[in-house]
Amino acid sequence: MIAVIDYGMGNLRSVEKAFQYLGYEAQIITDASELTDAHHLVLPGDAAFGDAMRNLREGGWDQRIDDHVEGGRPFLGICVGLQLMFASSEEMGQHTGLGLLPGRCVRFPNSEKVPQIGWNQITRHTASPLLEGVEDGSFFYFVHSYYVQAENDDDQLATTDYGIEYTSIAGRDNVFGVQFHPEKSQKIGLKLLTNFATLN
Amino acid sequence: MLAKRIIPCLDVKNGRNVRGVRFSADQDAGDPVELATRYDQEGADELVFYDITASSDGRAIVMDLVQEVSERVFIPLTVGGGIRTFADVREILKGGADKVSINSAAVHTPDIITQSAESFGSQCIVGAVDVLRLETAADEPPRWEIHINGGRKATGLDALEWVDELVDRGAGELVLNSIDADGTRDGYDLELNRAVARRVDVPIVASGGAGTTQHIFEVLTEGEANAALAASIFHFQVYSIPQVKDFLTDRGVVVRPYAA
Repeated sequence: MIAVIDYGMGNLRSVEKAFQYLGYEAQIITDASELTDAHHLVLPGDAAFGDAMRNLREGGWDQRIDDHVEGGRPFLGICVGLQLMFASSEEMGQHTGLGLLPGRCVRFPNSEKVPQIGWNQITRHTASPLLEGVEDGSFFYFVHSYYVQAENDDDQLATTDYGIEYTSIAGRDNVFGVQFHPEKSQKIGLKLLTNFATLN
Repeated sequence: MLAKRIIPCLDVKNGRNVRGVRFSADQDAGDPVELATRYDQEGADELVFYDITASSDGRAIVMDLVQEVSERVFIPLTVGGGIRTFADVREILKGGADKVSINSAAVHTPDIITQSAESFGSQCIVGAVDVLRLETAADEPPRWEIHINGGRKATGLDALEWVDELVDRGAGELVLNSIDADGTRDGYDLELNRAVARRVDVPIVASGGAGTTQHIFEVLTEGEANAALAASIFHFQVYSIPQVKDFLTDRGVVVRPYAA
């Protein structure tokens, strides 16, 4: 079963619907204690980093996520979910993230329109089963004002160019994160979600 | 590179998709779910559902449509028309829309933008404006006035000052609809789009006036818009989305290629 974490932040239904459309059993989980038989865990999110992190801690999700990841099961952060996976953010003050991967989250330079809204391309770097059949240069749908800079090059599965080159897909072992919305990125987004759902 | 977006708009009335010409005449353009699905397959970058009845019945119809479309179309969906309160915004987002387009309500109660952006994030709050060009002397810069209630009522608000306020309050994107150009198929108001694009930091969506692929090309280049919204040229298959994207690609504008 694929569990989608509901911590009061953003449009989760579309993530659930996308997995269901693909024929996978997916469920939105509101109470961290109900997270028992999930083999795949998804952390979506559209909200500000600080609020999101506070809600995760208050809901006891941070510990649950750690347990899940340490158990070697697949985890996927989407949008702010990706940002939360990293160690820190400077969005409206300094915040500490889940620290699943080293790196930090900073705001786009003022030379660009902020938020970035729309379809942008990825440049692939480190090979990963998450990107099976996802070609270099594919377009995904992005909406964000802050971006992640992964500290380790190997954790950077793909980058995207928007004034600067930033980490748009991060991953290491069973932990993955995407800055765009695969559930809103038509066929190629569904392909990536299928790849995630079939990870062991 | 970030692609320029092509966004078909479905004006929904009584569960049917209708075309607007200068905000008045109606003409049936077919089943909205069928159209939405076709646009998705043809490579639309987003879809906008606009409830032109702006009534509670109309809202229910539009939300049923969004619900149905969101089960099988996986691109961003925006809902607009008839939003009055913060509760409306919440209802629409919970109902499966990715963004809410707020127009007249922002003039009546500017706080609706602030409160919505704080609660749900700027990324899902679209500030939409209907503007009418004012007569100015030849040596004066152009000016536009904000109209509300489907373009029927003048507000006295200067459009350029008003878009600043929408952005300050947290609108993450702007839709600029030219009343003069709407439904005419004579081309977008390029000066309007350029003036706003140079003024605000958020992306802007041009609306009103698309008649040819050249018009779309012009507003995305000369007009400096980030996206172009169009209704009738797609509904009546004057042009298909692939035709528009091919035209743009041939002229060096980056768009997301449509999947074959």
